[in-house]
Amino acid sequence: MAIYVLRGLVGLLLLVQASIAGAAMSIEIIGAGEHQIPVAIVPFGGDANLSQSINAVIVGDLQRTGLFRLIDPVGKSPHEIADVSYPDWQVRGADALVIGTVAVQPNNRIEANFRLLDVVKQVQLVGQSVSANADQMRAVGHRIADLIYEKLTGDQGVFSTRIAYVNKEGEKHYKLIVADSDGYNEQTVLDQSEPIMSPAWSPDGSHLAYVSFETGHAVVYVQSLYTRQRMVLADFRGSNSAPAWSPDGKHLAIALARDGITQIYLINPNGSGLRRITFSGAIDTEPNFSPDGQTLLFTSDRGGSPQIFTKPVAGGPAQRLTFGDGNNFSPHYSPDGKGFVFTHFVDGKFFIATQDFQSGQMEILTQGGWERNPSFAPNGKLILFSSEARGRGILATVSSDGRVQEHMFTQSGDAREPVWGPHL
Amino acid sequence: MKKILISIVLANLLVACASEKPKEPEAAPAPVVESAAPAPAPAPVVAVDPLNDPTSILAKRSVYFPFDVSAVQGDDKALVEAHAKYLSEHPDRKVRVEGNCDERGSSEYNLALGQRRADSVKKMLILGGAKESQIETISYGKEKPVCTEHDEACWKLNRRSDIKYQ
Repeated sequence: MAIYVLRGLVGLLLLVQASIAGAAMSIEIIGAGEHQIPVAIVPFGGDANLSQSINAVIVGDLQRTGLFRLIDPVGKSPHEIADVSYPDWQVRGADALVIGTVAVQPNNRIEANFRLLDVVKQVQLVGQSVSANADQMRAVGHRIADLIYEKLTGDQGVFSTRIAYVNKEGEKHYKLIVADSDGYNEQTVLDQSEPIMSPAWSPDGSHLAYVSFETGHAVVYVQSLYTRQRMVLADFRGSNSAPAWSPDGKHLAIALARDGITQIYLINPNGSGLRRITFSGAIDTEPNFSPDGQTLLFTSDRGGSPQIFTKPVAGGPAQRLTFGDGNNFSPHYSPDGKGFVFTHFVDGKFFIATQDFQSGQMEILTQGGWERNPSFAPNGKLILFSSEARGRGILATVSSDGRVQEHMFTQSGDAREPVWGPHL
Repeated sequence: MKKILISIVLANLLVACASEKPKEPEAAPAPVVESAAPAPAPAPVVAVDPLNDPTSILAKRSVYFPFDVSAVQGDDKALVEAHAKYLSEHPDRKVRVEGNCDERGSSEYNLALGQRRADSVKKMLILGGAKESQIETISYGKEKPVCTEHDEACWKLNRRSDIKYQ
């Protein structure tokens, strides 16, 4: 009797855990792309037998981009190419069709075979097998979504990337979290009662640098996401903050107040080799390396108000990039190096904006409110930032053309300080 | 005649001003008493630390700032000077000045602005007689607000430096 009860309980626990893991973040989409590609995705043969549906992952990923119009496959379920009748899909308005099969192999590996078909031309565009350990089912779904996305849009997919952010619950509870780009698979990197700020990914995704107040003032740490070991990168007097990795991973830029005013320094990842690189009498902070590692963007109020400047890493004069009304903060280069995203503050509101280096034109992407901390996805097509909705701090994304937005609500508390991770 | 009188008056006045000992009044004869009450013990000297005096200006430990400003404002100068004086008179005392900001900036810019607010109070303390070694400065930026409303009534409470005795 006791055994039955235990089995029942265990079963219930697993179900509850699955739903909690699933409910890590709730996501709302606002807006649509200029041209939405109509695509039908037939749940793969064998998907219903899986403990977690990879169909849900693929559909969710593509839907969240706002670039696809998902055609309901109801009534038809081809899994092999021989079962496909193209007119069935043409009449439903689909331009593309995705079919496949998936199963867990005896060696506990999940293997999915899928095909992406052009409904109009009636040809196969992609046919591939994706496999992983059975505990990586979502990763298989993300990889397939990446392949579909890449083939249909011409851009690299970012569904297999991760994000880092801070979640604050109440006055005295802060967690630094790493999660999949859709909010699943949360991993708590740091959990404490003092504030955490400014997480920054190493270029290979293996480490996070961040600022913690656990010793009573702002100190920069570098922590391995694999071993969980961490070291103090900078703990000088005053505040130590704003870590940013060079693209070759060989140094970080940081902001230090040790010499009397917050300025930018370079330092090696092991804490050696400190050298100062800005020499204004004002606040210089929020350094960000260009993709070629040669130039820094940063925030400075040397002109009287916080604005975005650029300066060669090797030394040389700084150049102001933002002008006009308002204050500007938190610059991040676009992955192609042709522009940057930043926070624009004017008339009491924060906006996310981008600016092209060549034209110097600023483009505002959001409606204005508490929109801050922007960073690009590694394909340059999406921007992750922090915002507020329903009285809570949330994460949000906006497409680089401003058309599609997503609001991401954590289960509880206020999400803030997000940063998009690299391709792995 | 007049000249002599004036001189005498002047001389008396001079004597009155210059004399070190005051003129002692004639001692009255001591009263006859049967038994003398013992002299009361001297009152214990209680050192009242002005830092603990709630009515003293030193009880005020917070300096407030306008938006985006880190210079100590007129209203708070007396308070900072009072703490500077206290620190100069008590060289064994140390303070930590903690700078804070309202939420209208990035976390990093606010961390730097808070640091500048703390350092600005430190400079004024040193000018007022405190030693650099008595003062530590840190910033919480906008990370430890005393209120979270999105309005000026709240923001102005957060734009401050706190002087904390260690």
